[in-house]
Amino acid sequence: MSDSEDGWFADVPPDDPAAAAAAVREGSTEEPAPWPERAVAAGFADDAEDYYDQLREATTRATQAAVRERERADDQQLVHAIRAMDDCLRVANELAERVAEWAGSTRESAGTGVEYARELAADGGDDGDDSDEPAPVVALARRVRDVDDEAEALRRHVERTAPEVAPNLAALAGPVLAARLIALAGGLEELARKPSGTVQVLGAEDALFAHLRGRAPSPKHGVIYAHEAVRGTHPDNRGSAARALAGKLTIAARVDHYSGERKPELDAELADRIERIQARETE
Amino acid sequence: MSLPDGVRRHEFDGESALATRGEPVYGEPTDGEWRRWDPRRSKLGAMLEQGVETGLSGGETVLYLGAAAGTTVGHVADFAGPTYAVEFAARPTRDLLDVADDRRNLFPLLKDARTPETYAHVVEPVDVVVQDVATRGQARVALANRRFLRDDGRLLLSVKARSEDVTGDPEAVFEEVLAALSEGYEVRERRRLEPFHDDHLGVVAAPR
Repeated sequence: MSDSEDGWFADVPPDDPAAAAAAVREGSTEEPAPWPERAVAAGFADDAEDYYDQLREATTRATQAAVRERERADDQQLVHAIRAMDDCLRVANELAERVAEWAGSTRESAGTGVEYARELAADGGDDGDDSDEPAPVVALARRVRDVDDEAEALRRHVERTAPEVAPNLAALAGPVLAARLIALAGGLEELARKPSGTVQVLGAEDALFAHLRGRAPSPKHGVIYAHEAVRGTHPDNRGSAARALAGKLTIAARVDHYSGERKPELDAELADRIERIQARETE
Repeated sequence: MSLPDGVRRHEFDGESALATRGEPVYGEPTDGEWRRWDPRRSKLGAMLEQGVETGLSGGETVLYLGAAAGTTVGHVADFAGPTYAVEFAARPTRDLLDVADDRRNLFPLLKDARTPETYAHVVEPVDVVVQDVATRGQARVALANRRFLRDDGRLLLSVKARSEDVTGDPEAVFEEVLAALSEGYEVRERRRLEPFHDDHLGVVAAPR
């Protein structure tokens, strides 16, 4: 909107519903004004009734478009993004191991991990090789750096979109863990339909089936182990903490799927519950 | 207290309940053109059911903050004039659009009630602001949207204690919200909404 004191209809040509919808979505002004009278005075509408008909058309179109756009950031997109992020991390680590092993055969100062691959990619090694073509091990190190950068970019994407897809779950679990739970369940609806006991051990399927075959104790937690509420709790109480956390996360996923409204009280209920568990006496 | 024009008590299966005239929204009981307004699903419905003097007479221009899926705002649009419905979450807004489909005077807006400048170019000054948002800082939202109220207008506010502080005593939370609210409003009436809604306070206020 060019003039901050204009109503939504100010720059909208007659009979242009798309422009009207865009003006409703993107415009802004500080103070409301008697827009119906102004629109009629400006010749935008014949009378109040005509104005309201046009307003209804514009707000409905604008809101439909805005809803569609928000929902396009849907759970399946998030599932792809988190899986891609995990793939990138896994591949970067795997290749970094190869880089470290290879570089270690010729360089005394060779380190380990993605960190070292990044160093090697940046300085190209100190082997006095001046040719344009980097040594193959350095070229590989650069790939590691790129893949690791990609993982980081995907993480930022997940952190941005998870709160749109599942506002409550993302607030309780953190965006990355929220995305991981949705991915493991196969979607937000699937997660919302799971009982809390299943959510508690999502990601610990191997341990769970070993247990069901009677060969192992039941797993206390799956990927929710990454949550501070579990990891930050004394091992004796981790089972309780994981059970409580899974319960709240399940509720959050259900609210997100069936209502979509943010319920800030869930955060406090979880914090309260975990605090009480962590305060328990341990031997 | 009087019900606004367009709202009345009506018999549904021998039970007397609030009702408005309009297209059904969520499968509520209907009788002819009247449809039941369930106070358990609606804070404004609960306020009317409990005899709160809302000052509503019917035909007003309304700004509704926190329209959600449109359960209450549908009833409001049945008896009010131009009704602007603001909701921030995409999923319930999809249902709100269906409610708006059947009502010429209902204007749905996917906007954040905490940033009124993003819809002040659309919403005209109104007679009534109805606010039912489940977010921390409910008084701040009401103060930010005071600009839409005509001098003789009314704020019909439902305060949800658990949105402000889950563990706190609801009465203490209400006092805090009302104290913050007094910066821009004069409270005319307050009433707990039990048994229809736990830990909710219905408030009627006038801009000062």
